Amino acid sequence: MLSIKNLTVNVNDKQILKGINLEIKPGEIHAIMGPNGSGKSTLSHILSGKSGYQVTGGSVTYQGKDLLAMPPEIRAREGVFLAFQYPVEIPGVSNIYLLKAALNSIRKHHGQSEVDAMDFLTLVKGKVRLLEMDEKFLYRAVNEGFSGGEKKRNEILQMAILEPKLCILDETDSGLDIDALKIVAEGVNSLRSPERSFVMVTHYQRLLDYIKPDFVHVLAHGQIVKSGGAELALELEEKGYSWVEAA
Amino acid sequence: MTTSVSRYTAEYQTLAPTLPGHDLPWLQQLRQQALAEFSVQGFPSPRAEEWRYTNVSAIEKKLFAPVAKLTGGAIDREWLTSQQLADVWSVVLVDGHFSAELSVLAGLPDSVVVLGMADALAKQPDCLEAYLNKGVNNQEHGFIAFNTAWFSDGVLLHIPAKLALEKPVQILHVATHAEALISTRTVLIADDHAQASVIETFVGFDNAYLTAAVTEVFVGENAGITLTKVQCESAKAYHFGGTYVKQARDARFTHHNFAFGGLLARSDIHTDLGLASECELFGLYLGVNRQHIDNHTRINHLKPHAVSRELYKGVLDDRARGVFQGRVIVALDAQHTDSQMNNRNLLLSSDAEADTKPQLEIYADDVKCGHGVTVGQLDEKSIFYLQSRCIDEETARNMLTFAFANEMVDKIKIKSLHDLVLEQVLLRFPQEGVEKNWL
Repeated sequence: MLSIKNLTVNVNDKQILKGINLEIKPGEIHAIMGPNGSGKSTLSHILSGKSGYQVTGGSVTYQGKDLLAMPPEIRAREGVFLAFQYPVEIPGVSNIYLLKAALNSIRKHHGQSEVDAMDFLTLVKGKVRLLEMDEKFLYRAVNEGFSGGEKKRNEILQMAILEPKLCILDETDSGLDIDALKIVAEGVNSLRSPERSFVMVTHYQRLLDYIKPDFVHVLAHGQIVKSGGAELALELEEKGYSWVEAA
Repeated sequence: MTTSVSRYTAEYQTLAPTLPGHDLPWLQQLRQQALAEFSVQGFPSPRAEEWRYTNVSAIEKKLFAPVAKLTGGAIDREWLTSQQLADVWSVVLVDGHFSAELSVLAGLPDSVVVLGMADALAKQPDCLEAYLNKGVNNQEHGFIAFNTAWFSDGVLLHIPAKLALEKPVQILHVATHAEALISTRTVLIADDHAQASVIETFVGFDNAYLTAAVTEVFVGENAGITLTKVQCESAKAYHFGGTYVKQARDARFTHHNFAFGGLLARSDIHTDLGLASECELFGLYLGVNRQHIDNHTRINHLKPHAVSRELYKGVLDDRARGVFQGRVIVALDAQHTDSQMNNRNLLLSSDAEADTKPQLEIYADDVKCGHGVTVGQLDEKSIFYLQSRCIDEETARNMLTFAFANEMVDKIKIKSLHDLVLEQVLLRFPQEGVEKNWL
């Protein structure tokens, strides 16, 4: 699914990622943990195609294609989804409009016809119920005036509707109370399938109580310093990041 | 006196006997005064503070000529119908002349007066003597004096007291002739407690011509008028449109100003607020290529307890230039004034320009007045967010620009008018597969 080889990335001539290697197979969930400033967010931004980063070496292959050569919207249409750490407010553009425009872009990319209006509404309303959201949200402007929890839930709603193959969750758990976290985790778990992979970037172990990862990687100073199974997260929780940072 | 001003004034003596109301002594006197004023002032100069960002010398260099009344047939009916809103009474003016044939006025209540200005001067001279030019000052600037002297027709709309007009009235100005001078005067009167919605639409064939239109609005005690101006002149046209409003005690006036067309377009929207009256001035200007769009507003808080709200938004692309000058004057007597003025500009190109000048002049001491101005570009974070949701960059920019502009479109309450304006905005910022009911 995704193969990152010796990836090095600069921001304003300062090296942030210093040789990342990561293999993700279909159906796997990888958690990437690390202290602030370790390069976690840079990694998720690089994968989704945000500008402002200079790739100085290495490669990222997604389903056999050079991911870094694609503009952000092509990556998205090919099935890469970034759930933002800070979802952007878009006044004047309603959620339902964005969802439909996004879904139709994907369908067009794959040579399919536009989604039928009734089918679309049925699909969207089903997912809205899954995430315990109010249908009125659909007709409100994207993220405008939403609480932190509502914004994160809205990201997962988009993910559920667009059905990506590779989901990157950038600190989706940050700022969520326990009820919101459970709903978000349930949404993510419902999307698990043998064909869909997840990269969960997180600062906290708590998320992993609800979404069980297959692999945990610890990122520090722009490198993966330790990899292991789900138990690594618990060990980190116990010993703190200084344990791996020192290593 | 510049050459064009002297040529206009020289030709005026031939034109005068053909102008409507030439047999009314009071109007004759008014026109002569205005002519004298214009021959002294000429067209406004950028040296005048309220014209400092707008140079009309291009208009001065040309000589536009009044067009005789068309006998019909020159206008494609299907095209005209596409410009006429559904579910309204419509008054059509072609090249500055009222066309009874093209207007749709069936079913108007008998007590409501809707007449072409030439007819009105013949049938309702007393009403016009009482109102015409009472809302404007010919000394204000040359275009007003010019209009007073030259107007060839226009509209009188008079709503009697306590009547709420059930459908809007659309005044459709159509320009069909190259080099035409189209000068119209419209007088809108809502007597006490009356209510009406009026739409002024300006459209034209693909020609260079000059529109010089003045609208006077008299909103009686506790009466309400919503006036929407949709300026879609030809891309080669010059447009001056002034709206001058007098609001009596407790009167409400809402103005929507959509400035989309014209090579050089200037609007004045001035209102005098009576005791506890309210006005809302909304505007949206979209400039492309080398368009120059100037909107000048003046809100005169003359009496206490009046409320004014103003929001103008501009989107400027290519080498277009947008001007917003908003003056709010709070007189000594206008205590407890509540006024808020905002102007927001979105520049889509590094060659586009926005000149914005809000002015507050406050002479009273117990008031709540604020103003805010922004000039900015599209937010790159928002563009990336949309791209990460499968939207290509160009569509993302269009979506965001459209959303910025649509706030003003959404303020229109009349469905058919809303859709007409929406259509215009979507033409500028196309988005594939849009469902209008979701916008």
